[in-house]
Amino acid sequence: MTKEDIKKVVLEIISEIAPDEDLSNVQSDVRLREQLDLDSMDFLDIVMELRKKHGIEVPEEDYQQLASLDSCADYLTPKFAGAGA
Amino acid sequence: MEVSKGDSTFDTIIIGCGMAGLAAGIRLAMFGKRVVILEKHNAPGGLNSFYFQGGRKFDVGLHAVTNFVERGRGTPLGTLLRQLRLPWDAFKLCPQNSSRIAFPGSNLKFTNEFEVLESEVAREFPRDIDAFRALRKLVLEHDALNLEGKVTSARKIVSGIVANPILQDMLFCPLMYYGSARERDMDFDQFVTLWKAIFEEGFSRPLEGVRVIIRALLDRYRSLGGVRKMRCAVKRILTDGSEAKGVELENGELLTARQIISTAGLPETEVLCGADRHAETIRCNVGRLSFGETISFLSEEPAAMGCDETIVFFNDSERFHYEQAKQPFDLRSGVICIPNNYQYPGNQVLQEGILRITGIASHDYWTGIDEETYRREKEEWFPRIVSSALRFLPGMKVENVESRTVYRDMFTPRTIEKYTSRFGGAVYGSPEKAKNGQTAWRNLFIAGTDQGFLGIVGAMLSGISIANRNILMGKER
Repeated sequence: MTKEDIKKVVLEIISEIAPDEDLSNVQSDVRLREQLDLDSMDFLDIVMELRKKHGIEVPEEDYQQLASLDSCADYLTPKFAGAGA
Repeated sequence: MEVSKGDSTFDTIIIGCGMAGLAAGIRLAMFGKRVVILEKHNAPGGLNSFYFQGGRKFDVGLHAVTNFVERGRGTPLGTLLRQLRLPWDAFKLCPQNSSRIAFPGSNLKFTNEFEVLESEVAREFPRDIDAFRALRKLVLEHDALNLEGKVTSARKIVSGIVANPILQDMLFCPLMYYGSARERDMDFDQFVTLWKAIFEEGFSRPLEGVRVIIRALLDRYRSLGGVRKMRCAVKRILTDGSEAKGVELENGELLTARQIISTAGLPETEVLCGADRHAETIRCNVGRLSFGETISFLSEEPAAMGCDETIVFFNDSERFHYEQAKQPFDLRSGVICIPNNYQYPGNQVLQEGILRITGIASHDYWTGIDEETYRREKEEWFPRIVSSALRFLPGMKVENVESRTVYRDMFTPRTIEKYTSRFGGAVYGSPEKAKNGQTAWRNLFIAGTDQGFLGIVGAMLSGISIANRNILMGKER
């Protein structure tokens, strides 16, 4: 899975969690919380969906790695590779 | 999910099918947990349930859904709808008209716009308006949802800012009535939570009452494969050392699970785990406040009879006394709720006028009398409660209410205890809260009233928070 694919996966998850957010202009290098109305409970849901849909575990101490789409892609790339996706 | 008879192993058992239990169940089922909700009664809803009588539908508990916002994130209602993945209109909430705090010689009107209360305080208490604003600033800056927060006295903090005792009491009155398990004082976290829920956000109600909310939760839970067993009382929680293993039901059936969430209340849960109901450690944690309510169905719209207000919190004494009733019913203060007076869409109206009057009532009195005396005493107290409250609705005459009453009912602490199994009929639970949900057993958690988030929205958020923190994020998963 490429980094672009991973960003798409994360955006898809956010669209399920927060259907009322406009995701058309999300910038990859800006923190998601600065662009979207997401709180810590929403980030928990991103983590839960990654586990449910893709079998990927994100330990609590790594939640901060999901701050922006770029950091998500960097952090998740080896995990997706490891999960055989 | 169909459960065959022999199916008795779950990831999580939830005790109680109220708002907290359902919300926790939805969260867990959403992420693939095998969940079962066990409910003693045949109706769901717990402390916010409903019943049918005389061809009419009655809500218990719910006067108003607090925390109402039209839209907007970062609010408890927004958070909970998103967490449960329910659409904004799932609960069909309609805003209130206006409400009032009525004390001798002083009235403070408030609506879902905070500015109304602020200008009312400026009008009634011009010398205290700066202090009121300073208190509000403190409230807005306080993080009340911190699950590790310490218990602090709201009376102490508020009186340190607002010097006028009457204004203090007027602000405490609705907040205490809508959630304080403690007499005379509140934990400051709860003061802040309720201030935001009532004064900053506001009151709302679905046209068809609490059933709309319960139905939305049940549908969501069912669609995720959650299992629910009604008329299924838990006899005891099976423990082994510091571990909860499962439950034994009244019918003898055994269910096991990796975790248990109990919404039965803190002392109630400890007794289910084997503690002696009459032990001092249990008794001192039983809430001392219980309530009674009269419900009058009227042949005319209350607005046409002279009252278009939604909720009126009243007190007739020099100071406001929020404490265990020494009389069968404490007539000095109370809450009047008129469910007709919400802004329902289109021209929708309730079929009849409804007048509900709630006040502090003595649990020991109402549970200590025989059936015959109980019926007679309810008859006796009903008109006294109504006329006492109507002192604060100048537009509504006692004789008009009496002549237009087509049906009536009354509940007391005896009714509450019977249907909710709360010791002492304490709807707001124990004065001791388990804020982080944890108990002496590592995999047994408390959610709902005795976790400490209050009201319908608070109860649902409690279920969500406890499921998230202790099960979905925790080592227990």
